[in-house]
Amino acid sequence: MSVIDLLFYLFATLLVGSAVGVITARNPVHAVLLLVFAFFNSAIIWMLMEAEFLAIVLVLVYVGAVMVLFLFIVMMLDINVAEMRAGFARYAPFGAIIAILVIAEIASVVTLKSTTVPSIAPEAGVATNNTRALGELLYSQYLYPFELAAVLLLVAIVAAIVLTMRHRTGHKAQDVAAQVAVRAKDRIRIIKMASETKESPSESGGQP
Amino acid sequence: MITLQQGLLLGGILFALSAAGMFLNRKNVLLLLMCIELMLLAVNFNFVTFARHLGDLNGQVFVFFILTVAAAESAIGLAILVVLFRERKSINVETLNTMKG
Repeated sequence: MSVIDLLFYLFATLLVGSAVGVITARNPVHAVLLLVFAFFNSAIIWMLMEAEFLAIVLVLVYVGAVMVLFLFIVMMLDINVAEMRAGFARYAPFGAIIAILVIAEIASVVTLKSTTVPSIAPEAGVATNNTRALGELLYSQYLYPFELAAVLLLVAIVAAIVLTMRHRTGHKAQDVAAQVAVRAKDRIRIIKMASETKESPSESGGQP
Repeated sequence: MITLQQGLLLGGILFALSAAGMFLNRKNVLLLLMCIELMLLAVNFNFVTFARHLGDLNGQVFVFFILTVAAAESAIGLAILVVLFRERKSINVETLNTMKG
């Protein structure tokens, strides 16, 4: 057993253990932190599989942004943990049976001799620049999907902001449409009236 | 070198665990979202394993796109969750029956 195999089994064990922790944790904060740990372990395993760029992206984007967002939400919401856990023991055997069934099915397919695909991976020890190769592929063949992904992220930002924006009352903001639509007669009222006339000199101009 | 069987089995175990987590935590929307993240990670594991096994970088490009979509999905999902909590003071799935679906 080589060193890479040994490392793989070590981090795979940690990964599965933290995944079990995520789904059984009593406290949602612990679940998020265990999920962060799972992402770190999978990043290491991806590095062993020579997907270095994706490993870094997983840590930076997933742990750095998405999981921190999860942590924010968990801490922000006041969740009644005990109420949420009700029925956990009742569904636990069912969940375990589902998990064992799925694992058994996948294992039976994966370990079949007839489905073995010959590996055409490059020789171990050949220096390949994963980030450069991925970048060349992304900016040539996948340029259009790449741009679409950027637009998707923009849409997600706008949607998240619009969804969570509170419409406060009493704040002083400009209503540009109302400002443009205003007419002079809304501002000044011209009243037609008879002009003042001098009735008699004794009334108005009597005083010296 | 990590073989195809090892990688696919690990992905399968992760997927099964997250599927079981959906049954265990069927009341808490937040944990359901986290189980979805774990499922996407399992799928990404399969892509990376095959990309390594077949020496084909297209699998890794797909992982890249899945990560992008998953980030957008969790951002919008959490925003909906916040709005939901503001309206109802609870994120229990069993109380979400307004539409009688």
